Amino acid sequence: MRGNHRNTRNALFVVAAVSAAVAAGFVGYGWKPEILDAPSPTGAFTQELVARGEVLAGAGYCGVCHTSDPAKPYAGGRGLVTQFGTIFPTNITPDPATGMGSWSRSAFARAMREGVSRDGSHLFPAFPYDHFALLSDEDIDALYAYFMTRTPVRQVNQDNTLPFPLSIRFLQTGWKLLFFRPPEPENAILQTAEARGRYLVDGIAHCGACHTPRNALGAEIAWRAMDGADIDGWTAPALNGNTPSPTGWSTSDFYNYLRTGSSRLHGTAAGPMSPVVHQGLAKLPDDDIQAISQYLVTFGGGSSALQEAAEQRSLEQDAAQSASPLATLGERLYVTACATCHFNAGEEVADARPALGLNSALSLEKPDNLLHAVLEGVSAEDGKPGVAMPAFRTMTDRDLAEIAKYLRSTRTDLPPWTDLEERVARIRSAGAAHD
Amino acid sequence: MTNVQNPISFSVNGKPVSTREAADTPLLWFIRDNVGLTGTKFGCGIGMCGACTVHVGGRALRSCVTPISAVDGGEVTTIEGLSSNASHPVQKAWSEMQVPQCGYCQSGQIMQAVTLLSDFPEPTDEIIDAVMAGNLCRCMTYPRIRAAVKRAAAIAKEAQTHG
Repeated sequence: MRGNHRNTRNALFVVAAVSAAVAAGFVGYGWKPEILDAPSPTGAFTQELVARGEVLAGAGYCGVCHTSDPAKPYAGGRGLVTQFGTIFPTNITPDPATGMGSWSRSAFARAMREGVSRDGSHLFPAFPYDHFALLSDEDIDALYAYFMTRTPVRQVNQDNTLPFPLSIRFLQTGWKLLFFRPPEPENAILQTAEARGRYLVDGIAHCGACHTPRNALGAEIAWRAMDGADIDGWTAPALNGNTPSPTGWSTSDFYNYLRTGSSRLHGTAAGPMSPVVHQGLAKLPDDDIQAISQYLVTFGGGSSALQEAAEQRSLEQDAAQSASPLATLGERLYVTACATCHFNAGEEVADARPALGLNSALSLEKPDNLLHAVLEGVSAEDGKPGVAMPAFRTMTDRDLAEIAKYLRSTRTDLPPWTDLEERVARIRSAGAAHD
Repeated sequence: MTNVQNPISFSVNGKPVSTREAADTPLLWFIRDNVGLTGTKFGCGIGMCGACTVHVGGRALRSCVTPISAVDGGEVTTIEGLSSNASHPVQKAWSEMQVPQCGYCQSGQIMQAVTLLSDFPEPTDEIIDAVMAGNLCRCMTYPRIRAAVKRAAAIAKEAQTHG
């Protein structure tokens, strides 16, 4: 009996010792020092470096998250609503008290590559450092030079609304242990357009942050890269072989869409994708957009052999529409309110007449993207620049639900959407709350 | 409610306008009440009749359901700006064929027909019906509208070959 007691005691001791060692290791892994180095003097940056940083800041849409008031660029953004709580992007202007004014180049590089703030606290992965880790030393330098030469704005960061204990930044250590596999910074000279595209897509442009689904703890699921995910009440559609688009996406489809905001068969970049194209990628040269397109097509969402057939089918469906009084409510409403702009005829779909049967909004699991566009419209600044779509908020929930139902049943072979009226009501009231 | 933060700016028939009206003010209200151009009409107010059709970026759009915020930075053309002397092929055809009866819907019909012809330069009856179905006419001038659209297509084609 005594022996048993001793064994138990020994075992407990071992467990305690191992636990202590693991805890010490955890703390050792997670504890990061404050970086006190002085920031580089702004005079040290060449104009060329700052200009390069501006292009990269565009390609990374930094301002889309870190700006709420256009008069105060980069002074902190509108909250990002996540399943864990709302996270407020911080002030990244060079204001010493409330922004990054006291940050050295090495503190900036550590934040970009390891997700650690200058003071040593862990950043939440809403900031896509898991992508930015890929950036070359030179690109990190350029971004640092760009941000340190912006106008400093004194604006205190808003507190996140993450509940305890998620609000404890040190616990991010666990998340990083589980999920953070930082890529090596890509410092080699990239030989092919596709390699350059991969560098941009996986790095600064962080496309996967929206287009790759995340697990229950908010980490991107690597084996489902570009498989589509929900974001901000919209769906960022799959860009791989699971693309909902009936025509698939060829290199030139990607190029036209990302360069101009619309492509002939895929319609326009609306919702959260609009600033990506018009405020972000707009800064990149044509070659880089071409490189991004060449890389994106390797995920397998490329032009299918069926592209021409899908286009022909869409034209036939348009030809079959009828304004007969015997038609359904959805069809009658579509014919009078929508077809005037969306109807196509002849040999091919016209550039300025988005064919709804080919638009991924109609083939997604959820009708939300379609309903957002119909309720909120598309402004002249979004989508195809200079051209707008009205906001059909004046139609009733039932009318809009009927239009969606009609289009889904006639333009796709997919199962009908459910709870359409409720979804219209929900998106309508969420939009009203934003105003 | 005025929009104190950011003025909304766009052009109407080539003239720049800038306003602090509420962002959700319908473009139609703004065109009629602020700019003072009343050729564009109010019909249903829900984007279902086409009387309020104007062009934004050269394309037909229902101005009664388009908030002014959506045309920030854009170029708006109304019936008054289509041509300075009613010389647009569609206007010529409309006059030749004596299309209007009461006339209320006609500025919208004409603006829609211009976009129709830019997309389909030689439209069939089916195409005309499909694109013009959203422009209602209580006087039932539809047969003359169809004929005038085809006449306008012919005038435009002549101008191209002789011009």
